[in-house]
Amino acid sequence: MRNIVKHSVFWPVVALVALLVINTLVRPTFARIVIQDGELYGTLIEILRNSAPLMLVALGMTIVIATRGIDLSVGAMMAVSGSVALTIIDSSPTPEAPHIIALAIGGGVLVTLVFGTWNGFLVAVLGIQPIIATLVLMLAGRGIALLITGGFTTTVISAPYKFMSQGYVLGFPFAFFVSIAAVTIVVLIQRRTALGMLTEAVGINPEASRLAGVRSRGIIWGAYAASGLLAGFAGILYSSNIMAADANAAGNLIELDAILAVVLGGTSLMGGKFSIAGTVIGVFTIQTLRSTIVFLGVPPPVSPVFLAGVVIVVVAVRSQLVRQTAARWFASARSVARPNSKVTS
Amino acid sequence: MPVDDVVANTDVAPADVAPADVAPIVEMRGITIEFPGVKALDGVDFTLRAGEIHCLMGENGAGKSTLIKALTGVYAIDAGVITVNGRPESFHSTADAQKAGISTVYQEVNLCTNLSVGENVMLGHEVRGVGGINWKATHREAARHLKNLGVDIDTRSGLFSHSIAIQQLIAISRAMVTDSTVLILDEPTSSLDRAEVEQLFGVIRDLRDRGVAILFVTHFLDQVYELSDQITVLRNGALVGEYPAATLPRNELIAKMIGRELDDLTAISSSASRTIDRDSAPLFKATDLGKKGVLEPADLEVYEGEVVGFAGLLGSGRTEFARLVYGADRADSGRIEKRGSSVRISSPRNAIDQRIAFSSEDRRAEGIVGDLTVAENIVLGIQARRGWLRRVSKAETDAIVKEYIDALGVRPADPNRPVRNLSGGNQQKVLLARWLATAPDLIILDEPTRGIDVGAKADIQRKVAELSAKGLSVIFISSEIEEVVRLAQRIIVMRDRRKIGELESHDIDVDDVIDYIANEAQENVA
Repeated sequence: MRNIVKHSVFWPVVALVALLVINTLVRPTFARIVIQDGELYGTLIEILRNSAPLMLVALGMTIVIATRGIDLSVGAMMAVSGSVALTIIDSSPTPEAPHIIALAIGGGVLVTLVFGTWNGFLVAVLGIQPIIATLVLMLAGRGIALLITGGFTTTVISAPYKFMSQGYVLGFPFAFFVSIAAVTIVVLIQRRTALGMLTEAVGINPEASRLAGVRSRGIIWGAYAASGLLAGFAGILYSSNIMAADANAAGNLIELDAILAVVLGGTSLMGGKFSIAGTVIGVFTIQTLRSTIVFLGVPPPVSPVFLAGVVIVVVAVRSQLVRQTAARWFASARSVARPNSKVTS
Repeated sequence: MPVDDVVANTDVAPADVAPADVAPIVEMRGITIEFPGVKALDGVDFTLRAGEIHCLMGENGAGKSTLIKALTGVYAIDAGVITVNGRPESFHSTADAQKAGISTVYQEVNLCTNLSVGENVMLGHEVRGVGGINWKATHREAARHLKNLGVDIDTRSGLFSHSIAIQQLIAISRAMVTDSTVLILDEPTSSLDRAEVEQLFGVIRDLRDRGVAILFVTHFLDQVYELSDQITVLRNGALVGEYPAATLPRNELIAKMIGRELDDLTAISSSASRTIDRDSAPLFKATDLGKKGVLEPADLEVYEGEVVGFAGLLGSGRTEFARLVYGADRADSGRIEKRGSSVRISSPRNAIDQRIAFSSEDRRAEGIVGDLTVAENIVLGIQARRGWLRRVSKAETDAIVKEYIDALGVRPADPNRPVRNLSGGNQQKVLLARWLATAPDLIILDEPTRGIDVGAKADIQRKVAELSAKGLSVIFISSEIEEVVRLAQRIIVMRDRRKIGELESHDIDVDDVIDYIANEAQENVA
């Protein structure tokens, strides 16, 4: 039992489960899943579907944060990849053709991969502080996205492109499979190779890692490139959802949600040890919260206040002090249950 | 190791040796602290009286730090009673302990380098006037506290501009601001030179004479006898006994600490007299290696199986020389040859590719990766060499880690424990394991035995002697000239960032090396 409580994702899971339970109690329809034409529908399914862009961004953010960095430009990069993709589709006479869709996706993520590489260059090679280095593209990115679309919100009609966010496969939303694929690939690359351990080493003690021969420059550079790539895919999903390249709304403030998801998942902003599982739980927690806000009918202008309140509770549950107090309660509850145990004697 | 043959508390009962007329300030009785799977302290008693300097002795892992952390409120105790000034206390934080008058000065100075000296001394106790802090009065107060310790410096200067020694004294002043009756000094001397130690000791004696109870932890036996009135010895988390320093001979103290007679160190002495074949080409050769403002160009040859010692005072350039050899800093002059062929070393990666390993003197900042486990720290060197794609498999890791934990005696022998939870000596062994696992042919050990206990020290020295006898070349750097003379066949003497000579060590002793440094200095003056 003690080992379960001490596991790094224990409290994040508790927070998520509590949120789900409260939702189910308050509105019984929350947990209801309807099967229609072999496809699943319901609030939970919506959460799985809508969380995909944040999932991709938060995965990249986790790796970047593990290196002691931060990537503020992910939202802007989402706008850029959506603009590139939709401009390609828009300028094509055959917007439904598979090769055009592939070109649009490839073009979008290639641009953000380049942007991510640029961020990595600033941080890993020039040694610029991550928050400043990525602020550059955070500010410039949306301008670049508008340049690409010529200042308009490009809209397109393309069923296959729309399928990515709206389509279903094996009863589940396609976007959910994108999340699963991204999580799986990141876990495989980080944990099946030594990359995860070396990333943690660089995040915990950069100088010791350098002297131990770790190529920390490449590792940090790669983290930002990966973050760019993942943000690119997130931008594709987002634009597929609204079938428009909205340079201002796409991924707006998602960098903060992503950072929050990483922290909720138990990865420290100080870098070092990171938990992909924790981030996944953090993403679902945030998405469930958003769903709860909509359901409760909290007016959009004040919804950030509500969100902030819940986040404070969730983070407080995870604080060292609260945990120790909980552990003490736990211990005293046990000693009451067993009056002859060592604790009371 | 026969640890149970001397049963705790049977040697001397603390009451027998306590000066009867002085009431204890701190009394700890039956202190027990358990970590998952380990009893770090087991029913330990400890008494500290006003106006005494009390040394806490024990090997790494004996429980010294744990006992101190129990007294300073860092760890909660699982059993036992702590009484301060006759009042039972239960500390939940360091603030609780400070309120009870207990202050601590740690091995690594815990001050804010970006603040001024005065701000550091008075932090949290600034003099307040109308409209906030009265900085003028605050600095005046800080200066007064510093003067009390005989330190006369500008309190508005930045802390970073002062030496570690002065920073230690500033940390002590800071403790005195809170009117502490108990001052704990945890390894305060490990980065100080002789004169600085003297100054610190003067301050400590002065505080004792003013009635402060001082708990002092050090690994330097000389300092223990120079300073302390009472000695308490711990071993494996249990109390061995408390003794007046004057009645406890040095060899008995060591025997009590490690539970065996320490003849291990003498057995190593054969290392220095081993003859090295210097007819063939040297394994490593540097010519005119230097860096402007860091090291005057110097030559270095290391032969196969040879231990070359670097001797010199702190700041003499011995560490700087080693860092240039390893590429940790980039040299701006010089050539390097490895096994007769010219190589370029401008980064640690280059050096590692040339099978050169370097263990830094700053274990915490440049050695261990604290949050990673013992096992991960050990394989880090191999893994870095292989690159991230070729992961060292679980089975391979287990085999390597087991081999080195056994060979070097890492305690606790738990590969999955975060390395930051190990004692200094064991962290050093983990670092040694990391480098040995990469199978280097030249290993540079910078202060591998600093701040670690006699037992671990003997282990590391023995390992160095053993490996070099098998053909490994070693550059051994240490502040303890004795150690260098004992291990090295040849000694490079450094002074003022310059190599001043080389000595064959088979027929010299410590005094010869010291004379060499001193005489060379005079020549220069003349």
